Amino acid sequence: MNSKGRAKPRIAVFKFASCDGCQLSLLDAEDELLGVADAVDLVYFPEVSRRMLKGRYDIGLVEGSITTHHDAERIQQVRRQCRKLITIGACATAGGIQALRNWQEVDEFVRAVYATPQYISTLRLSTPIAEHVPVDFELRGCPINKRQLIELISATLAGRKPNIPTYSVCMECKRQGNVCIAVAQGVPCLGPVTHAGCGALCPTFNRGCYGCYGPMESPNTGSLSSQFRILGQSDQQIGRAFRGFNAWAWQFRKASEECDQS
Amino acid sequence: MSKATPRIRTIKVPYLARVEGEGGLFVKLKGDQVTDVKLKIFEPPRLFEAFLRGRHLTEIPDIVARICGICPVAYQMSAVHAIERAMGVTVDPAIRLLRRLFYCGEWIESHALHVFMLHAPDFLGYPDAIQMARDHRALVEQGLRLKKAGNRIVTLLGGREIHPVSVAVGGFYRVPTENELAVLGDDLKRALDESVAAVRLVAAFEFPDFEQDYEFVALSHPLEYPFNEGRLVSNKGLDIDVADYENHFAERQVAHSNALHSLLHGSGSYLVGPLARFNLNFSRLPDVAQQVARECGLAVPCRNPFRSIVVRAVEMVFAFWEALRVLREYRQPASSRAEVPDRAGAGCAATEAPRGTLYHRYEIDDGGLVRLAKIVPPTSQNQKRIEDDLWRFVSQLASRPNEEVTWKCEQAVRNYDPCISCATHFLQLHVERG
Repeated sequence: MNSKGRAKPRIAVFKFASCDGCQLSLLDAEDELLGVADAVDLVYFPEVSRRMLKGRYDIGLVEGSITTHHDAERIQQVRRQCRKLITIGACATAGGIQALRNWQEVDEFVRAVYATPQYISTLRLSTPIAEHVPVDFELRGCPINKRQLIELISATLAGRKPNIPTYSVCMECKRQGNVCIAVAQGVPCLGPVTHAGCGALCPTFNRGCYGCYGPMESPNTGSLSSQFRILGQSDQQIGRAFRGFNAWAWQFRKASEECDQS
Repeated sequence: MSKATPRIRTIKVPYLARVEGEGGLFVKLKGDQVTDVKLKIFEPPRLFEAFLRGRHLTEIPDIVARICGICPVAYQMSAVHAIERAMGVTVDPAIRLLRRLFYCGEWIESHALHVFMLHAPDFLGYPDAIQMARDHRALVEQGLRLKKAGNRIVTLLGGREIHPVSVAVGGFYRVPTENELAVLGDDLKRALDESVAAVRLVAAFEFPDFEQDYEFVALSHPLEYPFNEGRLVSNKGLDIDVADYENHFAERQVAHSNALHSLLHGSGSYLVGPLARFNLNFSRLPDVAQQVARECGLAVPCRNPFRSIVVRAVEMVFAFWEALRVLREYRQPASSRAEVPDRAGAGCAATEAPRGTLYHRYEIDDGGLVRLAKIVPPTSQNQKRIEDDLWRFVSQLASRPNEEVTWKCEQAVRNYDPCISCATHFLQLHVERG
């Protein structure tokens, strides 16, 4: 509690199936971390503290996807404890890279079952948080952008809309002054259909965008697939391009499944 | 709490804090006798080895990075070396240097995070670094500065701290110019001095009197402190080529853990990570790191796992020194990466992640697609060793109140900086319909 009177906003960080990278983004904001910690009370953040206070929480940040029965129940409890629930990153927002299991053949699962069936349980699908409970905001990225996270926390506490653009990576790429890698070098690039937020890192590093921020607001994936074919990509390659860190996001899912059928 | 010691006590930590990932701890005592110790890992499996199959070899570095947000560079490094071996690709010496620099950055950010934010609060009696900052603001700020210096290296080379985008099989998508690297120089020189001070600072903590006869396992290279190359050696006679790894180490599944335990044939549990590297490679540390280690009373071999916090700080000194060496020697190569053919092959590699040896093996088909992937992360190798430590450590503490035993046990686990997210991704699978 704040000695100056008003209680500080209580923030909790929850982890589901994930790599820990998105919650680490908060610790990677080295210049802002102690300031944030002064402004809010991080009352439940097991990666950082052995002090774990019970809810309610003003903001719950949720990392990771739902892959077990236990976690499917836990997210319901988490939702009840949080006034605002924000998902951070591709796992929580789109099911993450582990959603690649969602297309695995049943046979393969069954074969694996007999190795050690009694010890491990996992659901057949890896699903985003919003398939289980209402979510107040989904922050994209694999990993998220720490500046966007701090903007989002500030905006949520102030009750205003966060300044997080929903246009494509192409806009950021132009702003970086990059020459278009797809047009100039014929490199397949998911930039036109991918949500902004990274600052167009991959084209800046001389490679095509691989879509780690997931689909932008209104992606024309069909048109991009056609463009990839003109660049000589096979359906298998195009399918794999959409089946990455945001494979289960419906726009990318649809685009990759179209490649399976043709 | 009642004064009388109950005959049977259990120490439970349902959710271990200040480690990466989800694990718990269960210890059972009968009188003063420890009867059970379990490091429970309930982090859900993510099954990387399964879905890597069918992916193209060029996609592997990006995918395996997602195993761990704290040490993505380690996964990228083990992967590219294993695939390059499978494809018979050799890289430019400048690429080799840049990869060492990349690893320096990751060791620094990971070690600084652990030393200052995750482990130091145990020694100073705080639940976390944020509470600790109220009384020791300068200490926490120092840690954050060091961490930032490491992150700056990774960001410069890879675009961002977490899941950097530049690593390619055969080299990098883009390499920096000499001038772009040179801007790190002043920052790194300052940080080198500050890291020496950090060693002295953490060496002054109080350490429990606890030593074990470990088998230390790490890479060892004749000329340098190990990152990406070397033979796999131990203090008890192991000395093998990494290609023989699977003939000496085996993984075993246990009921209470979603991570496989890795065992060294013949001798069971073993220890990987900073303590092992330090003990096996002390003579390859630069003078500045050797000196401050000696000055702080770190003798080789150091067998007290609680002192691993000091060893991590010494490794930060090394990493800053090594980063400055790379800055001096680096000349931009003509090509940022070697051509990699699409052909069938198999290859393995081990590199030294911040938490210890990380082994990868891949089989690639003639279309360049992964046929088989095997990954053994450091924490699954240390898991058994952590439990062995706890068996003995708890017996020393048996007469103490539960609360103290609990915290000390947590601290003992954190000696290993376990990365549970890493450890659980490599499992056979049981499906429940739902």
